[in-house]
Amino acid sequence: MNIDWPWPWLPANTDDIAEATSEHLYLALLPVLVGLLVSVPLGWAASRWTVARGILVPLAGVLYTIPSLALITLVPLMLGTQIIDPLNVQVPLAIYTIALLVRSVSDALRAVPGEVTAAATAVGYRPFHRFLTIELPLAVPVIVAGLRVAVVSAMSLTAVGALVGIGGLGRLITEGFLRNNGVELVAAIVLIVVIALIIDALLLLAGRVATPWTRAQRGAGATA
Amino acid sequence: MNSAFAWLFDPEHWSGPTGFPARILEHLTYTGLAVLIAAAIAVPLGAVIGHTGRGTFLVAGLSNGLRALPELGLLTLLVLLTWVGLLPVVISLVILAIPPILAGTYAGVRNVDRSAVDAAHGMGMRGPTVLTRVELPNALPLIIGGIRAATLQVIATATIAAYVSLGGLGRFVIDGNNAGAGSPDGYPQMAAGAIAVAVLALLMEGLLELVERVVVSPGVRNQTRARRAVRLRRRPTTDLVENPT
Repeated sequence: MNIDWPWPWLPANTDDIAEATSEHLYLALLPVLVGLLVSVPLGWAASRWTVARGILVPLAGVLYTIPSLALITLVPLMLGTQIIDPLNVQVPLAIYTIALLVRSVSDALRAVPGEVTAAATAVGYRPFHRFLTIELPLAVPVIVAGLRVAVVSAMSLTAVGALVGIGGLGRLITEGFLRNNGVELVAAIVLIVVIALIIDALLLLAGRVATPWTRAQRGAGATA
Repeated sequence: MNSAFAWLFDPEHWSGPTGFPARILEHLTYTGLAVLIAAAIAVPLGAVIGHTGRGTFLVAGLSNGLRALPELGLLTLLVLLTWVGLLPVVISLVILAIPPILAGTYAGVRNVDRSAVDAAHGMGMRGPTVLTRVELPNALPLIIGGIRAATLQVIATATIAAYVSLGGLGRFVIDGNNAGAGSPDGYPQMAAGAIAVAVLALLMEGLLELVERVVVSPGVRNQTRARRAVRLRRRPTTDLVENPT
């Protein structure tokens, strides 16, 4: 098939591209943030009570298995939203983030050595304070690893929403496809990939900065 | 909600070339085809990379890089560049199915207990024999895990492929959307298709879990899980985590 490469399309449509990009970021990043905030207490509960773990982890597995287009389509059925409501994309993305992170958070919290929590308790930490300042920071590397997968996947899955009429860069993909406009299609793909990789790198960096002791440990291990 | 289930269970929609059985069969055909081709490429490649330790960057790079690539973009671009039909769609499904199988096989072979490998060498086995008789059987849980992740990825993406005029269960979602949300064949059809896709994905997940139980030797099963958990705690990496689809 002959594909059109109308190069002037790019400079002529920067406003539209910028609007689609910011819409895409809003659609993709807000649910990941909400998912992170929800999954910390859920992961804590799963690390603490076997019953909670027995319910949450398999449920997360089931939700994670459902394909995105199916989940996006089923949100109006479950929540009564309109068919082009941004929530139809955002709720599935939040669900995927939670499903991914609940297990990571709970595994990471359970891996905190008993003597560390015991020492913190012995020097007078109250349970909630201990959780925020000792256990949660020790879980950060695992949480960041999960968060990186969640955010990169969210950036690419948001595009699926365009199939049911929800905007973002996915709209440029379907538009480019229907109009046989290769430049529009490739521009949207490149923007999604590049932005996702930038956010991924930023998260990796933030995770390193937030956990200086992991580097100190590695250095000590090398000299020992 | 009732209209969606009414649409789903309407006997009229369970026969003929556009009924659920035909669409399910199409969906499974695409999935099977793509996963088989991907496994035929990725399992040997991952095994060799894991065995020799050469080309490790390829594994991490592929699985991280491709996660960011929007499936919809890959599909539409390939169809625009080539032609409408099954081939470009299968190619993009194979491209998406390779990284999880490659990462699983690589990690599986790489993480085999070194003492088992040393013992095999000590018994006089050569490299290729060690790979096929010791490393691959021990790596089986992670290989099957990779195939499972790939299968779910492909089921999800094959749904999206209906947009580029392919068959499969995605047809109901796309056709329903084109009919307009308000029409009787609109949203009820979309939701019915979505329910069918979700059920299919869950059934395949369960089936593959069952396969893993049957195929993997019980001694290997527990050992690998324990080691993977330790690895995740010590050095969390993103390459072994499955993608949402």
